[in-house]
Amino acid sequence: MRVGLFVTCVNDTLFPETGKAVVTLLRRLGCEVDFPMAQTCCGQMHVNTGYRDEGVRLARGFLDVFAGYQAVVVPSGSCASMIREQYPKLAAGMGASRPGAFASAHGGRSPFARAVAEVTPRVYDLAEFLVDVLDRTDVGAYFPHRVTYHPTCHSLRGLRAGDRPLRLLRAVRGLELVPLAAADECCGFGGTFAVKNAAVSAAMCADKVANVLNTGAEVLCAADNSCLMHIGGTLARQRAGVRVMHLAEILAQTEDAR
Amino acid sequence: MTGRGSRERILARIRAATAGLPPVPDAAGPPPAPRERTEAEIVRTAELFAARVRDYRATVHLVAPGGVPAAVAGALAGRGARRVVRPGGLPVEWPAGDGVEFLADEPPLTAAELDAADGVLTGCAAAVAETGTIVLDAGAGQGRRALTLLPDYHLCVVRAGQIVPGVPEVLGRLDPARPLTWISGPSATSDIELDRVEGVHGPRTLEVIVELPAV
Amino acid sequence: MSGTWLGMPAFPRNAEAALGNSRLRANLRKATHTIRARRAAGVDEMPGWAKLRARGAAVKDAALRDLDKHLLRAEEAVTTAGGRVHWAADAAEANTIVTELVKATGHREVVKVKSMATQEIGLNEALAAEGITAYETDLAELIVQLGDDLPSHILVPAIHRGRAEIREIFRDRMAAWGRPAPDGLGDDPRALAEAARLHLRERFLASKVAVSGANFLVAETGTLVVLESEGNGRMCLTLPETLISVVGIEKIVPTWQDLAVFLELLPRSSTGERMNPYTSMWTGAAEGQEFHLVLLDNGRTGVLADEIGRQALRCIRCSACLNVCPVYERAGGHAYGSVYPGPIGAILTPQLRGTATPLDASLPYASSLCGACYDVCPVAIDIPEVLVHLRARVPHPPAERAGLAAAGWLLDRPGRLRAAQRLAGRLRGLVPRRRLPGPGAAWTDTRDVPPVPAESFRDWWRRTGGEDR
Ligand code: SF4
Repeated sequence: MRVGLFVTCVNDTLFPETGKAVVTLLRRLGCEVDFPMAQTCCGQMHVNTGYRDEGVRLARGFLDVFAGYQAVVVPSGSCASMIREQYPKLAAGMGASRPGAFASAHGGRSPFARAVAEVTPRVYDLAEFLVDVLDRTDVGAYFPHRVTYHPTCHSLRGLRAGDRPLRLLRAVRGLELVPLAAADECCGFGGTFAVKNAAVSAAMCADKVANVLNTGAEVLCAADNSCLMHIGGTLARQRAGVRVMHLAEILAQTEDAR
Repeated sequence: MTGRGSRERILARIRAATAGLPPVPDAAGPPPAPRERTEAEIVRTAELFAARVRDYRATVHLVAPGGVPAAVAGALAGRGARRVVRPGGLPVEWPAGDGVEFLADEPPLTAAELDAADGVLTGCAAAVAETGTIVLDAGAGQGRRALTLLPDYHLCVVRAGQIVPGVPEVLGRLDPARPLTWISGPSATSDIELDRVEGVHGPRTLEVIVELPAV
Repeated sequence: MSGTWLGMPAFPRNAEAALGNSRLRANLRKATHTIRARRAAGVDEMPGWAKLRARGAAVKDAALRDLDKHLLRAEEAVTTAGGRVHWAADAAEANTIVTELVKATGHREVVKVKSMATQEIGLNEALAAEGITAYETDLAELIVQLGDDLPSHILVPAIHRGRAEIREIFRDRMAAWGRPAPDGLGDDPRALAEAARLHLRERFLASKVAVSGANFLVAETGTLVVLESEGNGRMCLTLPETLISVVGIEKIVPTWQDLAVFLELLPRSSTGERMNPYTSMWTGAAEGQEFHLVLLDNGRTGVLADEIGRQALRCIRCSACLNVCPVYERAGGHAYGSVYPGPIGAILTPQLRGTATPLDASLPYASSLCGACYDVCPVAIDIPEVLVHLRARVPHPPAERAGLAAAGWLLDRPGRLRAAQRLAGRLRGLVPRRRLPGPGAAWTDTRDVPPVPAESFRDWWRRTGGEDR
């Protein structure tokens, strides 16, 4: 299967190791991975901060670049959710909210709306792609460490990723998965929320960090480097001795590679 | 002062805001059609009702047909209630019990008199099993709304046939033109640290007698 | 803090102040976690919740779609049943109507059932200005009134107070408002509830005029519905000779049978109970009472005109979104500067009041968009969607606008992004990990910055074709 990798601007710029891990993993599972160079950003930060026009411009760019792919894999729950959940709403341009909203009759017929309807159903978060499309939970990984998993809001409540990431982690050889208390609570990142409401954001993270430390885990895993940058940055500031890793980086590791 | 101009202004604004919107289909649908229930179903519904009322920390007695007068007498004696409000329209044989003085609401009792009574005995208009709810409609055997509000003790008799499974069913049995009071347990509050405690302004004790059908 | 939201600073500053109040934090943590668990249990028990929720949303949408017809129908039904209907375009008009009605009775005291609409319009203050005293009778409202405080929650306005504080308020303030607190009052919730019972008993028995809101108004029948727990609502609705109900126009539901959906959704969502202890329903002048219904717009028709924002009018004020919100739990209700705090407040206040003040403009940002509110909302209001929609409408600070414009410019062309990444890679040694300058300081105040990699992903791909690992 030929897969288009949308690595996301944050991973591209700050966390290239995550992108490399996705490439390694998908190739190991027999996919042909393509990284279209024209890609940049899904527009999430702009749209969610209130700069809709700029965000829509970036969204158009994304749709152009990924129009031809059978599947687009995104190693970020929030970007995948932006594309799949929010693009259609941008396209409708009004309250096409789920479920049963009454909304005006227009919208949904623009070229943008057509592109959204055409591309977004084939966009997957990494865990969804592995479990639903490739039908794999055991991806042959080996990672002998004590790990806890933070599901992140947009995977959990946006994409409804459910327990897919946990099933993937449970199948990793050597990995001891410990449950995280109040896992479904937001870590307080929230994009520009982290700086616009820095105090509340830090207070939310304090509780997340306390729950992480209580697990006794050595690694905090998530499928979104934005949240991990926030929680990991707090853990690092506190010299807490827990490192953060993207799901892809754990799943990419094998015994041979060590 | 009744804002004649405002009426037209508000309506005009609404029409402007909703102009051109597609119609919204009727969502609630018709009420569930009433159907005949077997005696066994009625008993099961009554038992669920009793369990749900007990969850509110109210006392519930399930009694056999004809057992109501004795149960009423027992409950009033157990409570030690001496002066009990009794609205018109209750079956004549119900109020029993030695040494209990029944107060009719005729002429209407004052608020102070109701407040001073030891309790009130009523029937009900309908009841809901799922939620453990009794509904009063100020009809026969229930009296006006204040009667079940001011006395600190409410003893309510429910016939099993009056209990319907859920909220959708009960609405079909009620007359919206009448003043309705839905009672689910004794008065309570969650206002202090969001934990429920029973007993504020309404009756602090609710006791329910359910008369089962003959099986 | 007394009696007014006016002139409050923007949300982040209010929140920061609240975050430092350890007693407030503890009270809120305990209360919100208690109620969350209760709601979850109540909802999990109910089969077909998702369908019920969708129907709740659909019924409200139907009501709003033909709001004019439904209001006229309700007006006719109430009038036929002996009530009088008044229309108020804004807060001032509603206050004038109620004040005149009370004056016409010749009484100077009114008892009140907890009502968001009358808080929204500042009715108590308006009555006080005319020499009329309004007595709040809901336990939490009483705590707020006695404490000269402001409400911080839709359902439990005194959620920010713990039992020890409530005891002190009762002990110190009850005497000024009527019957004093019993001697030796303890802080057991039972004892506190009993103190409230005694304090208000005489007042209820003597009351001649009551003011209420309503949870629902049935268009088909003209029936008003009030859900409550304590019995104070029944006292106010039943005993006085005159009853005045102030009801937002969005409280309407088309048919009598529509009530079923909401009587199933609301108690479980708000307190986690299968049913609240008392629900009163009446149509027009019940049992010889004089009855007035005041229909309130006060900005609602403006909300109705907004395609995305109008879903906020579905709200049945259950407060589930507050209880589950991580921001509300930490910042508390007062930080929102409105009778409507929490997620629903963040979308309703800026729509009802506009975004002219720094506070109101900051409210759409008082959320990490975590989506927990949407998940619990019994009428499926997509609060994050409305927040994002409102963010596009509020004025943006110039520095932020410049920053996002620059980011947009870079991200618009892959070549620009790549050049910037290379520059950052070359300067990576210069990026301070623990103290960023300017707006970045808000990040590094509590968080380290990740190291900037020497090579971006796209440069790695370009160099290796993705083969080297
Ligand atoms: S927005 Fe939804 S969850 Fe929040 S108070 Fe309103 S109905 Fe309840």
